[in-house]
Amino acid sequence: MKARVHVMLKDGVLDPQGEAVRHALGTLGFSGVEAVRQGKVIELDLTATDRAAAEAEVRAMCERLLANTVIEKYTVEIA
Amino acid sequence: MKAAVITFPGSNCDRDLADGFAAAGFEVARVWHKDTALPAGTDVVGIPGGFSFGDYLRCGAIAARSPIAAAVVAHAGRGGYVLGICNGFQVLTEMGLLPGALMRNAGLKFVCRTVGLSVATADSAYTAGWAKGAAIAVPIAHHDGNYTADAALVARLEAEDRVAFRYLDNPNGSAGDIAGVLSDNRRVLGMMPHPERCVSADQGGTDGSVLFRSLAGAFVAA
Repeated sequence: MKARVHVMLKDGVLDPQGEAVRHALGTLGFSGVEAVRQGKVIELDLTATDRAAAEAEVRAMCERLLANTVIEKYTVEIA
Repeated sequence: MKAAVITFPGSNCDRDLADGFAAAGFEVARVWHKDTALPAGTDVVGIPGGFSFGDYLRCGAIAARSPIAAAVVAHAGRGGYVLGICNGFQVLTEMGLLPGALMRNAGLKFVCRTVGLSVATADSAYTAGWAKGAAIAVPIAHHDGNYTADAALVARLEAEDRVAFRYLDNPNGSAGDIAGVLSDNRRVLGMMPHPERCVSADQGGTDGSVLFRSLAGAFVAA
């Protein structure tokens, strides 16, 4: 079973890297970009076979390591 | 009066930090991240600067879950002193021993220079050797030193007099110009500037030595 975790900065936390990407896109002539937020995608191969148990396990991983919940939020997809 | 300095793969200020403690009279032990206990009788744990685990995932994130981490958290829980500098500050926030988080510098550049700080409180073992409001010069060298805290947290830290140092000219976008914060029992200090890089005239400045001597004084007095 595979899991995909998306980690993004929480709304309201400034993202200087995203802003730099937005600026660079503008330099390349992509003038229609109002905002860029940059995050991470983490893919996990799991031995679990139970979907609900796998999701609970991955959420625990997010809380303890994969995300810093002071500044980041996350979503978990089980595939 | 014993200090323990922890080394992670990628730490690079551990020797300077050990020297800083030793110059102030501490007996210093070096501890590897895979150790699971601190040396008996450890009074102060030092978490050094550097790039632990290559800054993978987030700065300090992997170090904060290394085998020695539980012993450091337990030491702090018993009221022990913990000093985290630069990457060590990032590790302390990732361990949950200090509030807030350190993000990429607002200017996106690695900043390496000596900066002016004001000592925001003299009410801690680390800062007792200065007068509140003293202006000092301490080197910084970081890419991710932008202290991030919401307005409520900044207000709480200020109300509880837990801001240890402030930048005179904010180099990285930190909320409230905060360069260092104390835990609620005032025994855990995290700071981005490097006091261990200015403990002798050979290093170009000696303001950092006041921090180590102040801390030593807390044990002499006790």
